[in-house]
Amino acid sequence: MTGLMAGKRGLIMGLANDKSLAWGIAQKLAEQGAEMAFSYQGEALLKRVKPLAESLGSDFLIDCDVSSMEALDATFARIRERWDTLDFVVHAIGFSDKNELRGKYVDTSLENFLMTMNISAYSLVAVTKRAVEMMPNGGSVLTLTYYGAEKVVPHYNVMGVAKAALETSVKYLANDLGPANVRVNAISAGPIKTLAASGIGDFRYILKWNELNSPLRRNVTIEDVGGAGLYMLSDLSSGVTGEVHHVDAGYNLVGMKQEDAPDIALV
Amino acid sequence: MSDTADRVKKIVVEHLGVEADKVAPDASFIDDLGADSLDIVELVMAFEEEFGVEIPDDAAEKIATVGDAIKYIDDNKG
Repeated sequence: MTGLMAGKRGLIMGLANDKSLAWGIAQKLAEQGAEMAFSYQGEALLKRVKPLAESLGSDFLIDCDVSSMEALDATFARIRERWDTLDFVVHAIGFSDKNELRGKYVDTSLENFLMTMNISAYSLVAVTKRAVEMMPNGGSVLTLTYYGAEKVVPHYNVMGVAKAALETSVKYLANDLGPANVRVNAISAGPIKTLAASGIGDFRYILKWNELNSPLRRNVTIEDVGGAGLYMLSDLSSGVTGEVHHVDAGYNLVGMKQEDAPDIALV
Repeated sequence: MSDTADRVKKIVVEHLGVEADKVAPDASFIDDLGADSLDIVELVMAFEEEFGVEIPDDAAEKIATVGDAIKYIDDNKG
């Protein structure tokens, strides 16, 4: 098999269905010859992930709750049984109580704050620590974030705070692991209608606003994210680490509404 | 059967992998068609895409049967 990812093996965490950003990335990696394992959480996701993984020629599926350190240890033990080394990891995982992804951030409960931070930010640290042990020749770790980490986006609330912790974790991990030639980067994707996004209040408004106000005057697709993911996980980006790369049609550079964008009402 | 009903039925059959004759108007997605909560979210997204309607969370929570979905779409599509 030839291609940018020929001979490379990696773990994809957080694929949910064919709308997932992880699916856009996995498809591009498969086209370029990557061999992949997929982790999922629970039966409901297994039935979704299995056919997708099979369509990319993978039967390597692992049930993993990233909030459990024992489950993470078991996941990497399973990978080690089959593969000696690992070249890349895609971390596409986040979770919060959807009742707190509407209304005000000031109302965030301690319990949901800690859970959101644990699953959406600390899990990258825990996964990376274990993955590095299987990367003797270096590797690439990629996570997914969103602009709500940098600036206030209505309803994103505690998830924005967790994504800020995630993005800063990318930098500290990149610095720790640089000497081992393990690169750690994030893609900050513009809003895309995924299963995860369905939990965010008024998400349609966010989508419409981005479409009307981004420099490219459109929303991004999972194919856009997939292309950037391929770059980050392949040797094309061999000199890049600790980067938060925006795949958002340029939205992050805009300071105010575009002159040609109409005022839009919440529906 | 209306055009909306046919299209809703087609989406439900494809998504849930159930027999077409089970997708009756009074069939409950969860109790009769074996859907889980993620299926409901995915079906709502598929309906929105197919019909160009917006189904907010509070409306989606009230859609329990195939007939509920058809009625909501007919009442709200542009």
